[in-house]
Amino acid sequence: MGRTRLVFSGSGGQGVITAAIVLAEAAVLHEGLIAVQTQAYGAAARGSATRADVIISDSPINYPMVVQPNIVVCLTQESYNLYAPIIRPGGLLLTDPRYVHTERKVDAVQREVAMHAAVMEKIGATVVYNICMLGTLLGLNPLVRVESILSVLEARMPKRFLEMNREALLLGQSLVAS
Amino acid sequence: MEGALYAGLEFFAGYPITPSTEIAEHLSRRLPERGGKFIQMEDEIASMCAIIGASLTGHKVLTATSGPGFSLKQEALGYAIMAEIPCVIVNVQRGGPSTGIPTHIAQGDVNQARWGTHGDHAIIALTASNHQDVFAMTVEAFNMAETFRTPVILLFDEVVGHMRERLLLPEPGQIPLVDRLKTSVREGVDYHPYLPREDGRLPMADFGGVHRYNVTGLYHDMWGFPSDNPKVVHGLIRHLVDKIENHVEQITRYKSFYLDDARTVLVSYGAAARTALHVVEGQRKRGQKYGLLELQTLWPFPAEVVADTCAGAERVVVVEMNMGQVCREVQRVVNDPGKVFLANRIDGVLVTPTDIRQTLRLIAGQGV
Repeated sequence: MGRTRLVFSGSGGQGVITAAIVLAEAAVLHEGLIAVQTQAYGAAARGSATRADVIISDSPINYPMVVQPNIVVCLTQESYNLYAPIIRPGGLLLTDPRYVHTERKVDAVQREVAMHAAVMEKIGATVVYNICMLGTLLGLNPLVRVESILSVLEARMPKRFLEMNREALLLGQSLVAS
Repeated sequence: MEGALYAGLEFFAGYPITPSTEIAEHLSRRLPERGGKFIQMEDEIASMCAIIGASLTGHKVLTATSGPGFSLKQEALGYAIMAEIPCVIVNVQRGGPSTGIPTHIAQGDVNQARWGTHGDHAIIALTASNHQDVFAMTVEAFNMAETFRTPVILLFDEVVGHMRERLLLPEPGQIPLVDRLKTSVREGVDYHPYLPREDGRLPMADFGGVHRYNVTGLYHDMWGFPSDNPKVVHGLIRHLVDKIENHVEQITRYKSFYLDDARTVLVSYGAAARTALHVVEGQRKRGQKYGLLELQTLWPFPAEVVADTCAGAERVVVVEMNMGQVCREVQRVVNDPGKVFLANRIDGVLVTPTDIRQTLRLIAGQGV
């Protein structure tokens, strides 16, 4: 599979860091891949741009940070302004029109998917927005299997939230099913 | 954390501080599950003192902190060195001095680990660049603390502390563990707590057990009572220093990457070594003879390994997140200090491959 570098960005509370951790755990624990997950810490992370990085690879990862991501997910205008320009040529840029008005073209596949609207309409709880985003991302680029994500969720979530997360994951995936 | 549990950790006292908080958080749950004791103390000094006391009673102990807390622990650290009390102190480094930059990486406490507490002494400090090695070095730290009856410092950094990556837990018994050397002297028979055996080691008796003895930070005789007898003072300081400095080879841990024919040797440790290895592998793909010496033992400084590794190199580049604390040691031990350069970053951002490559180009006279 080579190496995929991802940046998930948004604002505190949207769950981008959790999404990154879930994806990295799925890759390592259930796909036998190597992954490193880092995130921006500090006062700047609270209420403003939050960023979580994941590198997924089939070979050892040394330098753990993402400089030029293959995949950028932006869930706020601010994070879009900050991180869309660093995308690797030929990469994938995923945004949500609820939060992001895309202003210019980057040399990457740009997908605007109304994930927030779908979550609110079908599930009615923003808490699973991040998992819906993961579903959409996997629909566009099957980095790991959906079952692997579900296994991680099973281990991390209280049982009563599991079904809602599963729904959100599949909903996200369905938004980009061709 | 898992390494400490594997090594047989029984008591943790701490005062949570970023970026080491996760250690306390995790152990507050995991340690009591295994019958161990976790206590959040009122401050950093008390945490250090608590683990010293707990160790004396026969248990494997740990505390975790970062730069500001490590500063506060220095006096008690000296006490543990003087009274020869095994303990492990984790310092997940952040930017300093003072409260500095709590959530970002630095490796500025290397010399503090060496000379933070006053007076001549020797110390053991280990580090690691990835979670598998963090586990291994933590087990080593507990083993060395018991073997040499001394505090051992685990000098990690914010990036290694906060990142998530794979860790394969070894089976119990896969890594040998060193248990405490306890005295065989029976109750009612004179026990000399500070009389070294012929091999220099001192069997311990659990404090509060069958033997009554004195523990002090003052120079002391074989009974543990204060002494200003020049012979006693000289003998004790030689013992404290020699028991570590005479075993550098036994204590030295390092990793070699592509060093056999390397013309340019990078020397690095901790998270910075990950970037260094990234650069080395990139240069090798271009046919350039680069290699990396990753230090895992920082103190006692592995002078022989560094000197031998760098002997044949045209240039040596030390990659670290401070203003040259290990670089100076490397310059001190290599055959030609003029060939040693520093590639550092001191702004709270992990040194990038580009940073190192720019320094390499500058050294080669190619500009940036």
